[in-house]
Amino acid sequence: MSRSFVNPLVQNVPPSGIRRFFDIAGTMQDAISLGVGEPDFVTPYHIRNAAMDSILDGETQYTPNKGLPSLLEAISVYLKERFSASYDPEKEIMVTVGASEAIDLALRTCIQPGDDVLVPDPGYVSYAPNVSFVGGHAVSVVTKAEDQFRMTEEGLENAVTRNTKALILPYPNNPTGAVMGKEDLEMVARFAEKHDLLVISDEIYGELIYEGELLSFAAIPGMKERTILINGFSKAFAMTGWRLGYACAPREILSQMNKIHQYTIMCASRQAQVAGRQALVRGLENNFEDVTIMRESYNRRRRVMLDAFRKMGLDCFEPKGAFYCFPSVKNTGLSSEEFCSRLLQQHKVVCVPGTAFGDSGAGHIRCCYATDMNRMLEAFERMKAFLNTL
Amino acid sequence: MQALKMQVLEILNEDCRTPLERIAVMTGENMETIAQAIEEMENDRIILHYAPIINWDRADRERVEGMIEVKVTPQRDLGFDAIAGRIYRFDEVKSVYLMSGNYDLLVLVEARTLKELASFVSEKLSALEAVTGTATSFVLKRYKQDGVIFDGEKNDNRLAVIP
Repeated sequence: MSRSFVNPLVQNVPPSGIRRFFDIAGTMQDAISLGVGEPDFVTPYHIRNAAMDSILDGETQYTPNKGLPSLLEAISVYLKERFSASYDPEKEIMVTVGASEAIDLALRTCIQPGDDVLVPDPGYVSYAPNVSFVGGHAVSVVTKAEDQFRMTEEGLENAVTRNTKALILPYPNNPTGAVMGKEDLEMVARFAEKHDLLVISDEIYGELIYEGELLSFAAIPGMKERTILINGFSKAFAMTGWRLGYACAPREILSQMNKIHQYTIMCASRQAQVAGRQALVRGLENNFEDVTIMRESYNRRRRVMLDAFRKMGLDCFEPKGAFYCFPSVKNTGLSSEEFCSRLLQQHKVVCVPGTAFGDSGAGHIRCCYATDMNRMLEAFERMKAFLNTL
Repeated sequence: MQALKMQVLEILNEDCRTPLERIAVMTGENMETIAQAIEEMENDRIILHYAPIINWDRADRERVEGMIEVKVTPQRDLGFDAIAGRIYRFDEVKSVYLMSGNYDLLVLVEARTLKELASFVSEKLSALEAVTGTATSFVLKRYKQDGVIFDGEKNDNRLAVIP
């Protein structure tokens, strides 16, 4: 037996819990998927066109590591105008390959073995593994349906330890659709100050809120110094496949993040950057018309999905952001995995079990309403039929 | 109310069979308000008609469509409206638009046979005194109408499960 060449930090991270569902669903004819995690719009035409022009014009070279200066400038203006967050385009913003890279960079730059990182549970699947890859320890901050899956002071205080260095704050939230309001963010700010924590605020769904004003944690007074703000183009502009995100941070942190980026990635795709710049520049001119149209469409479907689940007798808190509902299936007596597995096998509807997002997701399922209305209505009929068999 | 009406129009424009109850859910309003908004828009002739988009090529019915560019002499005081009215009253005429450019009216005509359509142009349309010239083109194939693509399938490139 030869020795294992695999780094235990990697080996010990379990594979993605939803992989199994993906495999089954992929082989199934006429399954309806509520399991997707991306917009059902294609990128607006003018954005695609800007990238095509760039290709045809022969813009095929690397860009500066941190991104095209004109894009950095546009991001800076955008964050100021939309989210009241001030970042210097030259020193405090960098463009990444999706928000995912930005999360990895933030953790690799700031977390060392032995550090604890607070991660909401349920939460997006990649935070905890990314923390583990750098030798850190992800500690769950339990969030509950009765709190609309917001982080609470109690939940945070229960999770914090002497070793805690950072908090990942991803709101609006995938998978729950939870939103943290201004007062909630101020509570987190006090908590971060009290325990002297870095806050990694993943605001990738920041544009997709259905009530209240757009908010950024970095705009809370005093927080910018301890915040790495992460955002991107995937959700707001329906640009998932372009892989374009960005990170904003105090210059001492950002320059270190950029060092890793420089040596591993070099730069994000030039055409994606050109497209992203187009999205922001046009958006600043027309008050983000594209985003508004998509948001209104999601909002209508959000209400339909919420109404359908409640009429089916599934408890569901009203999600105010992102494009997911996170209903409880506890009253069916099935676990979330059993529920999803049987629903898929017997009625060909794909939902993601809440446990894929952490132990606190038990008894819930994640359903995406960025789904064609008629397909979604058909999925509800199938779910009703399934519930009647239980 | 104005913003709500715009929302209702968008919903109906996408699917005019959307039940009142669902429109109410989609907009977060009650059914009575939606019913009232729709009624007002019908009364104001904002909403004129509810009709399906039909691919007649797949339905078993012979049908010829023509688009006729019509040049006319406008009438004093009435401009083009009077002659447009004469034209749109013919049953064969499905749509009439006043156009900028080289001709005045674009007239979309539907008939069962080519002969029927030809006689409409020569006997009815050209016979109108104000009509000074026509150019007829036949529709060979319809690809897209009112935003609906006829033979294309909407494909979803997304993976079935993404975290």
